[in-house]
Amino acid sequence: MEEKMLTGAELVIRGLEHLKVSTIFGVPGGAILPAYDPLYDSPIRHILARHEQGSGHMAEGYAQATGELGVVIATSGPGATNLITSLNNALMDSTPLLAITGQVASESIGNDAFQEAYTVGLTMAATKHNYLITKASEIPQVLLEAKHIATTGRPGPVLVDIPKDILNEKAKWVEPKLIDLPGYKPTLDANPKMIQQAVNLIKESKKPLLYVGGGIIHAKAHVELYELAKKYNIPVVTTLMGRGAFPDGDELCLGMPGMHGNYTATTSIQNADLLIAIGVRFDDRVTANPKYFAQNAKVIHADIDPAEIGKVREAEVPIVGDAKSVIKGIFEKLESAELETSNWINELNTMKETYPLNYKQEDNGPLKVPYVLEELQKMSDEDSIVVSGVGQHQMWISLHWKFTKPNTWLNSGGLGTMGYSLPAAIGAKAAFPEKQVLALDGDGCFQMTCQELITASTENIPLKIVVFNNGNHGMVRQWQKIFYNNRFSASELTHHTPDYVKLAEAMGAVGLRMEQKSEVKDVFEKMLEIKDKPVLVDCVVDPDDMVFPMVPAGGSNDIIILNEEDLKEL
Amino acid sequence: MSERILSVLVEDKPGVLARISSTISRRGFNINSLSVGPTNIDGRSKMTIVTELESVEQVKKQLNKLINVIKIVELDPDNTIESEVLLMKVSINKDTQTSVIEKASLSGAKSVDVGQNYAVFELTGTSKELKKFENLLKPYGIIEMIRGGRIAIQSNL
Repeated sequence: MEEKMLTGAELVIRGLEHLKVSTIFGVPGGAILPAYDPLYDSPIRHILARHEQGSGHMAEGYAQATGELGVVIATSGPGATNLITSLNNALMDSTPLLAITGQVASESIGNDAFQEAYTVGLTMAATKHNYLITKASEIPQVLLEAKHIATTGRPGPVLVDIPKDILNEKAKWVEPKLIDLPGYKPTLDANPKMIQQAVNLIKESKKPLLYVGGGIIHAKAHVELYELAKKYNIPVVTTLMGRGAFPDGDELCLGMPGMHGNYTATTSIQNADLLIAIGVRFDDRVTANPKYFAQNAKVIHADIDPAEIGKVREAEVPIVGDAKSVIKGIFEKLESAELETSNWINELNTMKETYPLNYKQEDNGPLKVPYVLEELQKMSDEDSIVVSGVGQHQMWISLHWKFTKPNTWLNSGGLGTMGYSLPAAIGAKAAFPEKQVLALDGDGCFQMTCQELITASTENIPLKIVVFNNGNHGMVRQWQKIFYNNRFSASELTHHTPDYVKLAEAMGAVGLRMEQKSEVKDVFEKMLEIKDKPVLVDCVVDPDDMVFPMVPAGGSNDIIILNEEDLKEL
Repeated sequence: MSERILSVLVEDKPGVLARISSTISRRGFNINSLSVGPTNIDGRSKMTIVTELESVEQVKKQLNKLINVIKIVELDPDNTIESEVLLMKVSINKDTQTSVIEKASLSGAKSVDVGQNYAVFELTGTSKELKKFENLLKPYGIIEMIRGGRIAIQSNL
């Protein structure tokens, strides 16, 4: 049958359907308007965000929860510029994202037309790749390529910018086929020689440590990781982006290392004689000053992105490849060798007992976030998805929440984007309506994207939100306490404005509040009972609480501040 | 300081130069020279990037991440043929005219335009030769000078 002529806009929507996209997030506007017309008839669900930044984070949350492509659509000019934060966020955290933006008509490009922005130029450094479409007939092929680039290798955001006249131009649908991209050939299979070298080092090691991160989750290699660690008794630290890649609670799991990592995780790196680093990038929040980082250890560094290897720390054994292939390779080549790690594990167990995470919740004192988190986890589903903002609460969640499955911990790790939590949680809940999705946010973060609560209400996305309300930019306040002599410059928000309960109600959600220990259980029970509406809990917490352990920026991971007492010695 | 020469094969697509220069500046990488032009293969251009950076490995890796970058070869300085073009407008008068043109000619430069009080020369050579030529004519007064960027090719293979 002869294919009939379609508009560029129809090709976009058909292209997305062809890519099996079921949900997209966006905000319409002039230049992208043609694409919204065929979308009206499409089975694709469109979720109308209240701000483009929110729509971008929604698509990220969708992608991080599912491990699949997230799709966002926006108009030209401010629509595209508002997306940039989410694009850069996705780039830093390797989240597969497809952004489609409208552009002013081809003949107006470069003329400072109404709502014109140089989207391809502005997003060049915030995306893995981007395109400006010049003919409608290119659309199906470019969308397929864009998805391929976004979801393979090291995942990331890809933007496709389409001028309005091209959305109206007619062309035939031609079934797109993945053609060779000469400059894009990610290496998936690890080189067996390098695997052998890695295995040689592992066999010699007395104190090996698996240092793993987001790469495990992207490669869906958590099962292989578990088998490797358990069979050969190798302890594991999971970075902020890798939480859930290895189950908390397992004897071998030491948790998160780094600036606010727990003592044993951070120190295990310093004491190890071999780091088996897989899908991590030696981020400065993990290494502190790289000069003092893991000075006793040789390094095996495996990553799918060759540019990460040797960027911060030279590796004795560099391996380019997908985490799954690397771990399988190491597992097999070890050939059931007996590794003598029991002394090492005993050392770490003693450390865990000597330096446990702690907090003090007084019966009548102000609420402490770690206490509230532990109570909430007791009551929530095992596979609930936790979505955080950025700052103190994020660190407390990473430290105190027990993650047992991948893709259940969503946060903004690399860019540290306040305002990420609520919209990303909406994206996750849109992907998994049957799952419990908990947006655990700070009050400063929440205020940055709180209008998306309206999106949750109107789009029938009944997620749970807990705003840890300490009336401050908590982490800023903590630094001002420690490094700026208690001069709290511009960090105070106030506990009472806005009234979060009324705000929730005004936005079509249910608002609840807890201020005391005695209220915690009841309020969470109420929150969890409500299934048909978003619920927000205003959780008023102690503004003076600080996150510990802590290694000051640029310091050495050998010197860990464990509590306020330690600060006096600084 | 040892120079590093990268020969970068890229897809001839809009924005490639911008992507490369954006990556270079984003990573805080200084370059001595960059030139770009078509190759014998349709749809492929080649860039020659000359740098002095120690972390050239990292920059190669970052450039390799660009989808439009096909291949990066670091040229071996001992086996590299290098060339660059220069155009120079020099001030002349009745007294200097002969010696300027003679010196240029002895240096292998071509006079492409000679007016009453100026002469324009074109010279192709290595960057050292071009620098030497510049120093030679400097005393006469260089009105304007432009260099085309270095290009290089491996001599063996």
